[in-house]
Amino acid sequence: MRLQHKDLLGLKDLTAEEMELILETAAPMKEILGRDIKKVPTLRGKLVVTLFYEPSTRTRTSFELAAKYMGADTVSIATATSSIQKGESLRDTARTLAAMGTDAVIIRHSAAGSPALLARTIEASVLNGGDGMHEHPTQALLDMFTIKEKLGGFKGLKVAILGDILHSRVARSNIWGLTKMGAEVRVVGPATLMPPEVEKLGVKVYYNAEEALKDVDVINVLRIQKERQKKGLFPSLREYARLYELTPQRLKLARPGALVLHPGPMNRGVEIAPAVADGLQAAINEQVTNGVAVRMALLYLLIGGAN
Amino acid sequence: MELAVKARIMDADKLRRALTRIAHEILERNRGTGNLVLIGIRRRGVPLAERLQKLIEEIEGVKVPLGILDITLYRDDLTTLSVQPVIHRTEIPFNISGKKVVLVDDVLFTGRTVRAALDALIDLGRPQNIQLAVIIDRGHRELPIRADYVGKNVPTSRKEEIAVQLEEIDGVDQVLIRELPQEADVSP
Repeated sequence: MRLQHKDLLGLKDLTAEEMELILETAAPMKEILGRDIKKVPTLRGKLVVTLFYEPSTRTRTSFELAAKYMGADTVSIATATSSIQKGESLRDTARTLAAMGTDAVIIRHSAAGSPALLARTIEASVLNGGDGMHEHPTQALLDMFTIKEKLGGFKGLKVAILGDILHSRVARSNIWGLTKMGAEVRVVGPATLMPPEVEKLGVKVYYNAEEALKDVDVINVLRIQKERQKKGLFPSLREYARLYELTPQRLKLARPGALVLHPGPMNRGVEIAPAVADGLQAAINEQVTNGVAVRMALLYLLIGGAN
Repeated sequence: MELAVKARIMDADKLRRALTRIAHEILERNRGTGNLVLIGIRRRGVPLAERLQKLIEEIEGVKVPLGILDITLYRDDLTTLSVQPVIHRTEIPFNISGKKVVLVDDVLFTGRTVRAALDALIDLGRPQNIQLAVIIDRGHRELPIRADYVGKNVPTSRKEEIAVQLEEIDGVDQVLIRELPQEADVSP
């Protein structure tokens, strides 16, 4: 079996079988990350470009390391220092990349749908590194990989996604991915940070953290983007923390040994208490390692075989 | 595609005898089990390596370490395959540096699988030496590679296929020569 798509634009387009294939391929990739020589020649001669219109350290670095560990060459285009500053359109940038013989492009853009536009323009595989408030599929896949590794599977699991659901592409990808794999997904946050009709995505909606966290197996804490606070979507960071911060007391409401995830970077004391972030139940650092493994798997599945 | 069976060149007894002889040869050549490790190449090299481990233990009373190698990521023909291979985990729970490694596979054909395995092993450490054990050497080498231990040399045509079937995977121990339809050519 192989992926039925040239690109990875979002988890909405993937079947449960395809996601399973990605997660199964990521497991042997993680073994490579534990070696002294973290390098295999599988993608030798391939060119992987990261094209980031928004700042990011971990996603871009994670993709670059994944490509390098697989033997590919990488080029990183940061928009601040590129022709994009001179007004070059996304389509023209894409055509330039295609003319350079690029095999895969990883794009992050503030506009939802940009990866889809790029995918239609060029033959190379396009991987969505986060687009607007739409999807962040590789983050969701690494969350799922971490859940599967720690808890064995998804069927019947209760997963709470806690925080700013409205602006979160991580939340959307996680919802699509986890519900397709058979998990029960709960979203919880202030009403002002909840997308309208979110329950149509097949999730249970909560506005009270204590109710939502009861008996869950996984809590995925989202980052509060402090700049949003200026828009008046919640009264103050202090009040947000009082109502929604994942504290040791709130964590006790979940199942014993429940897994705590966070896509990072964290605002300690706002959405997550330091004692929880550094606690035994948090798999936050492991998520970073798993992110490299998942991205290695995707590069193998998308550009590692026959065309 | 169902292939016609041309000949059954080994049954369970012959396979067992060949493996027993190889186990003795490994011990004789390496003067015992000191520093010796076995590494099976997925897929059928793994049960063969496990059997050799057991035979060596019966003869010498020592259980030599056993590892499993998946060579998919080292193949040089990924872009020419119609079906993308599924990757499995490499499981070598010991350091191979300074060890005498016996690599085990079922069939030696073009030598490309062994080349990939050598690359993979060298990325994992620096063995003292690497030896190769196979059940069938069918010729048609495309690389300068030879086996140190061979169950049976079987001169074949490229229009034929060797199928090593093992109890653990196929439910039966036997080696068959099967004939591909006319015009067909075998790729490893």
